Amino acid sequence: MGYKAKFRVWRGEGGEGKLEDFTVEVNEGEVVLDIIHRLQATQAPDLAVRWNCKAGKCGSCSMEINGKPRLGCMTRMSTFTEDETITVTPMRTFPVIKDLVTDVSFNYQKAREIPSFTPPASVKPGEYRMQQIDVERSQEFRKCIECFMCNNVCHVIRDHEENKTNFAGPRFLMRIAELDMHPYDVADRKDAAQEEHGLGYCNITKCCTEVCPEHIKITDNALIPMKERVVDRKYDPLVWLGSKIFKRSGSGSKG
Amino acid sequence: MTQTAADSPAPARRQRAQIKERTLRTDQWWRYPLVTFIIFTAFLVYATWAIFDNSFFAAPYHAPFASPCLAEAVCPEDARLFGWAPLGDWYTWPPGLLILGLPAGFRFTCYYYRKAYYRGFWLSPPACAVNEPHSKYTGESRFPLILQNIHRYFFYAAIVIGLILAYDAVKALIEKPGGIGTWVLIGNAILINLYTLSCHSCRHITAGRLNHFSKHPVRYRAWGFVSKLNAKHQELALISMFSVMGADLYVRLVAKGILTFTFA
Repeated sequence: MGYKAKFRVWRGEGGEGKLEDFTVEVNEGEVVLDIIHRLQATQAPDLAVRWNCKAGKCGSCSMEINGKPRLGCMTRMSTFTEDETITVTPMRTFPVIKDLVTDVSFNYQKAREIPSFTPPASVKPGEYRMQQIDVERSQEFRKCIECFMCNNVCHVIRDHEENKTNFAGPRFLMRIAELDMHPYDVADRKDAAQEEHGLGYCNITKCCTEVCPEHIKITDNALIPMKERVVDRKYDPLVWLGSKIFKRSGSGSKG
Repeated sequence: MTQTAADSPAPARRQRAQIKERTLRTDQWWRYPLVTFIIFTAFLVYATWAIFDNSFFAAPYHAPFASPCLAEAVCPEDARLFGWAPLGDWYTWPPGLLILGLPAGFRFTCYYYRKAYYRGFWLSPPACAVNEPHSKYTGESRFPLILQNIHRYFFYAAIVIGLILAYDAVKALIEKPGGIGTWVLIGNAILINLYTLSCHSCRHITAGRLNHFSKHPVRYRAWGFVSKLNAKHQELALISMFSVMGADLYVRLVAKGILTFTFA
């Protein structure tokens, strides 16, 4: 059965704007993105929202619903009470283009700063031989749909915009971990993770994991293991000594 | 007339949505930091009291906060680890002062506890998508928090402490198998050791640091086991915190003569 829901939607351009109130019809089985589309169709034809697949796989409709980063297409209206006012705002960490659409180019810039997969020069394409157990750990990270909600919620840049130059955010620290764990990647990523991409800024409060719509254990499986690899390289004298005595390459993490 | 770049209006500088509210969350986001603050503060208050309390031994029970007892002057003969007390008569302070830094350091630098107290005590952030009150943030990239990276050394020490607590429990089992205190100590030793093994550093050391699991099948299996425990690290951290506090209090109550029933 349908009902009339109270919505507050942030509207504006270039950062200036305000929350506008709407009363809008809601039908059974709908999600928040459906309601935003109904607002476009009936009351606010110029309301801007980015969306694409409506199946939680493209990562386009990231927004903040009642203050929490969520995908609009995966947030069911049935999770709210009928008398609840639902507040919808754009992601706070990124600049606003218009209404609910943000400029996420920060993320593309950070992606470009990470050197791509670097196989050994002696191994040619087609010669890679890996067992499933060697790669399945980092396959979890490949589920990422690049909704950038982890980077949006991370307080390191959400609350401290000045850190954006020094911090890649959980999405791209996870990418570094994925490459560092790859059996055929030979690039040295530990120093860069700490010194250039700001792994040390992460204080593992796990908000990235909490908001991930793909349920990737970003903190436990990517960021903390990467922190431990950095400790191997930079802060553990025993590992350093062992690498000298036993002449391991790259202090051990490529074993 | 052709419009030049200089004539066209400058594009508005894009900035974040200007929203005054600290958060628009409508759920009880403040519960987690508040409960964390209360529980951890209670634990710290109890631990401080326990360190300076001398009723730590009621044969065969040894309070975990004072184990191992290493000083001749303050440790009854039965309370010494394998009868060994390396510190002579000169040390007369509470025995807990000597060793409590190791398990405390392990918990303080633990990845779970860091999350909890950064949220509950330092409000950095208090909850996800709730603005923190600090104007600057460098996290664990600089002194003093960069010292959190020594966690694995506390992990090594925690293994030793866990084994000593297991020794205390087995000793109690041999001497007083029917005592409730024995089973309290056994339960605590199991939980402490599970918490220690579930540590993220342990997971890294077993095989997490490797890239070719297939070349190290034994270590891979160990990593798989530790990973399963690691998924419960938060729960084990909290349960073992309550168990060690409970076991410690139980022994002290027996030692003080407050619990006097037959099977105590």
